[in-house]
Parts: sequence; structure tokens; C-alpha cells
Amino acid sequence: MRLEKRAERSNAMAIASPFIAFALTIVTAAIIFALRGNNPFAALYVYFIEPLTAMWSIEQTLVKASPLILIGAGLSVAYRANVWNIGAEGQLTAGAILAGSVPVFFPQWQSPLAFLAMIILGVLGGMLWASIPATLRNRFNANEILTSLMLVYVVQLLLDYLVRGPWRDPQGFNFPKTVSFSGWQTLPYLTSGIHVGVVITVLIALALGLVMSHTLKGFEIAVTGQSPRAARFAGFSEKSTVMFCFLLAGGLAGLAGAFEISSVVGQLQPQISPGYGFAAIIVAFLGRLNPIGVIFAGLLLALSYIGGEAVQTALQIPDKITRVIQGILLFYILACDTLISYRIVTSSPVLQKA
Amino acid sequence: MDLLLTLVSIIMTAATPLLLAALGETVTERAGVLNLGVEGMMIMGAVAGFAGAALSGNPFVGVVAAILAGMAMALLFGFLTLTLLANQVATGLALTLLGLGLSALIGESFVGQPGIKLPSIGGIDPLVPFSFAMVAAVSWFLFRSKGGLIVRAVGVSHASAHALGYNVVGVRYLAVLFGGAMAGLGGGYLSLFYTPQWVENMSAGRGWIALALVVFASWLPLRVLAGAYLFGTISILSFVLQAAGVGIPSQFLSSLPYLGTILALVVISGNKALTRRNTPANLGQAFVPDR
Repeated sequence: MRLEKRAERSNAMAIASPFIAFALTIVTAAIIFALRGNNPFAALYVYFIEPLTAMWSIEQTLVKASPLILIGAGLSVAYRANVWNIGAEGQLTAGAILAGSVPVFFPQWQSPLAFLAMIILGVLGGMLWASIPATLRNRFNANEILTSLMLVYVVQLLLDYLVRGPWRDPQGFNFPKTVSFSGWQTLPYLTSGIHVGVVITVLIALALGLVMSHTLKGFEIAVTGQSPRAARFAGFSEKSTVMFCFLLAGGLAGLAGAFEISSVVGQLQPQISPGYGFAAIIVAFLGRLNPIGVIFAGLLLALSYIGGEAVQTALQIPDKITRVIQGILLFYILACDTLISYRIVTSSPVLQKA
Repeated sequence: MDLLLTLVSIIMTAATPLLLAALGETVTERAGVLNLGVEGMMIMGAVAGFAGAALSGNPFVGVVAAILAGMAMALLFGFLTLTLLANQVATGLALTLLGLGLSALIGESFVGQPGIKLPSIGGIDPLVPFSFAMVAAVSWFLFRSKGGLIVRAVGVSHASAHALGYNVVGVRYLAVLFGGAMAGLGGGYLSLFYTPQWVENMSAGRGWIALALVVFASWLPLRVLAGAYLFGTISILSFVLQAAGVGIPSQFLSSLPYLGTILALVVISGNKALTRRNTPANLGQAFVPDR
């Protein structure tokens, strides 16, 4: 068995690959469940299907998908340009801190403007934090993978300091958290479970998809990623692409952070995200590095979080299984993507020549 | 005097896991493969090391289990990037995400259990002299042996090495496996000596710091040694300052190793002459033999 390069990329395979990857993930998950001594079919049903049979868990899936799609859409653009921002978790945190400063310092400020200020500060916080690795790469050639990741730890420690120290709720019985946000300092809800952030998320992802497919900026990003040399000849600045990609992904991660603390979390606390910034890396790849594909990928990853909680309550399987399934999924996507440019040949090359 | 000795031994303990993992990654990258999954291999080494020692009652079984776990993860990485030609950056990230999740699942039943500490010989644990020996061995191998020459040739120009008849993919598999073994051992050191217990995410970004160390050391084993001890010192500094009651919040002190890593990358990467001389030219590029 060996790989043979296809004459051209297989479009059919490009569409089929995430589905094959997901099918293989299901099979692997079934094996893991069976090895743990659970009935694999029952576990798979609880994990992947049951959450879709009740309204409240469907709503929960949509709400969890929102940060994953927002961040994943930004990352998909960056990865297209070969800009490896893996610090979205930190950019989300930075956005949450800046957005959270509004209710912390002005708890009495109840007006739509307060809400608007939180959203804008959230985006700015994410952009600010993302601009650091972009600047360090552009100015000093420092590897953005490592710097963006290191900054995740730094900003998480900063948040930890704030909620245990100066920003702690004086009436909070010494718990490490700020005051609870309320009124105009939280997201308006459309139904009992879905907030407006979900709608804004989908609109942003669709808009970004159009930008990538129909504008010069989108073309610039695609060319920079596929052929940096051609991009230079075309006069596209690599540095400005790096900065653009970081600011875009960082801003969206910051927005996700602002949404999270003003809806699901409702305050600042040491941990505000169950690793959305890292799971969004999987979302970006599963969505074919395409903001519209990311919408579907984000929903699937959100389901994996909900399913993980479901198997824990129903079958006492630790919810750590979620991250295993997510990791395996990414592996299968990357492996299946090989089949887009290569085909598997079983005959030996010598026989083929004859 | 006693205090100084204690300090040196603590710094050694902090530097050794970084040194082991970074040395392995140096060889991997010298062969032209960028494995960003060091964190994932380390944490799997940590959980396997703890499990091996806890289940057998023998810490040395733990050491072997840690090495094997790191190698198993590395093999997975090698299969994807070398055989299936998947993107190395993405696959490395996947390896880290999978490692963090899988180790948490495996370690679930070990949380809170007392671990078995690796016995120390004359006050020094056996992995410290081993790590020094490995610096010398890797240095000798890379720059004084034929095997090392082949590894470097594969990393600098895989097409030329292939034309000379060397098995590029085979050499890269071995280099990746060596990197995995060392990262696994570094992780095992954490759960068998540094803090003999299992804590989720206990590698705490050390795998990423090790990756930065390789760049910082411009792919030279002796500089990896210097860098690992520099970072070991920085991370201990935060404890010392905290103990001394300096009025700086502990969170800021804890962020020192991460900030130090960024600073080190900026200083080294800004120096183009230094990095260009030693960077393996084909780092991160997939190799497809065309005939």
C-alpha cells in the first residue's frame, strides 16, 4: 500500500473527508466505550443522539456552539494564510477581562450603552492580546505558535489575580469571583435558552465566508497561505496579512469571551471557558478552513460537549471522554485530508510500470 | 551552604524535564520534522509513568512506561505526518489536544492517590546525571557520528539525502520516536520525582517551553542544557520570591517562565544570522519520494 499524488485535488474527497472522519470517530468512540465495559450502542445514543431529542439540550448545543463558531471562523481565516494563532483561549480571556471591567467598575450603569461598551471592550481586549504575537512575529520573527500559546497562560494568571484580588466581589463570601452581572450588563435572551449572541455569531460567520470568497482581502489571504512567493509578486504584504489575521481571530475570540461572561457564566471567575479556544482549532479544520463550514463544525463540537455531560450523568462515564473524542476527531480529519491530494494504491509500482 | 545546595538541587529538578524533552525535540527537528506535540507526549508520559509505578509498585517500571507512552504518541504523529503526509503543525496540535484529554481520562482513577517516588542516589535522582549524559551523547551523535550526519542531511535537504540513497522517511521515523521517548521520560520525571502524584494538566506548558528552548538553543544540545537550566532557575525564582514574602502577587511570579520564554524567543529570533545558520532548512516540510 502506498500513496500516489492525484493529478488534481479531489473535490468529492474534500467534501467527504469530514464525514469519513466523523464516522471513524464514532467507531473509535464505540470501541472506547466497549473497553470501559459500557454498552457501546447505548453510550453512543446518549452521547450523540439523545441531546438532539429535547428542546433544552438543543438550545444548549446552540449556545455552546456560539463561541466555538466565532473563534473557529477567525482561526479558519488565519490558518488559511498559514498564520498559526493557537492562543485564542487567551484572547477570549483578555476580551472577557476588558468586557467584565464595565460591570465591575460601574455595577449601577444600566443602559443599552453599557451592553454596547462591554461588547466593544471585549473585541478590543481580544485584538489587543492577539496583536502581541503578531507584532513579535512581524518585528522580531518570533514564532507566533509559541508566543500566542505562552500568552494564554499569562492572561489566565492575570484573570486569576483579578478575581481573587482587586476585582473580587466584597459580598461574595471570599469566593474568587466578581459581582454577578445583571440587567443591561447581560445578553438579551430570545427564548428561555438562546441569547442574541447565537444569532450574531451565525451572521458574522456568514459574512466572513462572503469576505473570503468574494473580496480581494479574501483572495489575498488565500494566496498568502498557498504561495507566499506569488503573494509577494502580487504586492501583498505578508506582515499586514499576519496582523490582519491575528486581529480578526483575536477580536472574534474576545467577542466570544464577552458573550460568555455576559450570558452563560454571568460574572468573572478563574475559569470562564472549558477550552473553547483550543476546541475551536478542531472546529476550524473540521469546517474545511471555511467560515461557513465552521458553522456546522461548531455545532458538532458543541454537541460533543453536551454529549460528554450526558454520558457522565446517565452512564457515569467521566466527561474527560469529550476531549479524547475531540482529539481523535482532529486526527481523523487530518488523516482523511491526505485523500484529497493523494490516492491509496495497493499495487506495487513495478507492476504498474509494466 | 546548605541553602545553596538545596537551591541547586531544586533548580536541577525543575530543569531536568525541560532538558530531556528539549533534547529529544532537538534531534527530531534536526531531521527536519517539527513535532509540536511535545506537551501531549509529556503529559502521556506523566500519566503512564504514574500508572506504571502505582500498578507495579516499582518506580522504574513507571520510567519504562513513560518512555513507551511518549513513543506511542510519537509513532501516531509519525504515521500521520511521514506516511500520510499530514500538515505537521496541525498534527502536532492534535497530538497535544489528544494527549491532554487521554491522560485526563486515564488518570481519572489516580487522582489523589499517593505516588511512588523515584529513589535518589546520594541525594541526586538518577535522571539528572542521565540527562547530562544524554546532552553529551546527543551532541556527539549529531556532530561526531555518521548517523548524526545522515540525520542532519535529511533535515537540511531531504531531496539530496534521498538522492544519495538514504531512507529519508525511515530516518525521520527514528528521530520522531527518539523525541517521543525523551518527552515521555521528561513527563514521567514530573509524576515520579518532581511531584510524585497525578494531577490533570500537570505538565503545565512545559512541553511548549521545551519547544521554545530548542529554538532558543538554535538546535545545539549544549545550548539546550544552558537554556533548560536558565528556565529551571526562572521557574524556581518565583517560589523563592514567594517564600521570601516579596509583595508581588503569586500569579505574576507564576507567569515568569511564560514571559521569559517569549522574551527568549524575541531575543534569539531577532538575530537572523544566528538562527539561519542552524535552522534545519527542510524543517516542517513533508517529503514524498518521487521514485
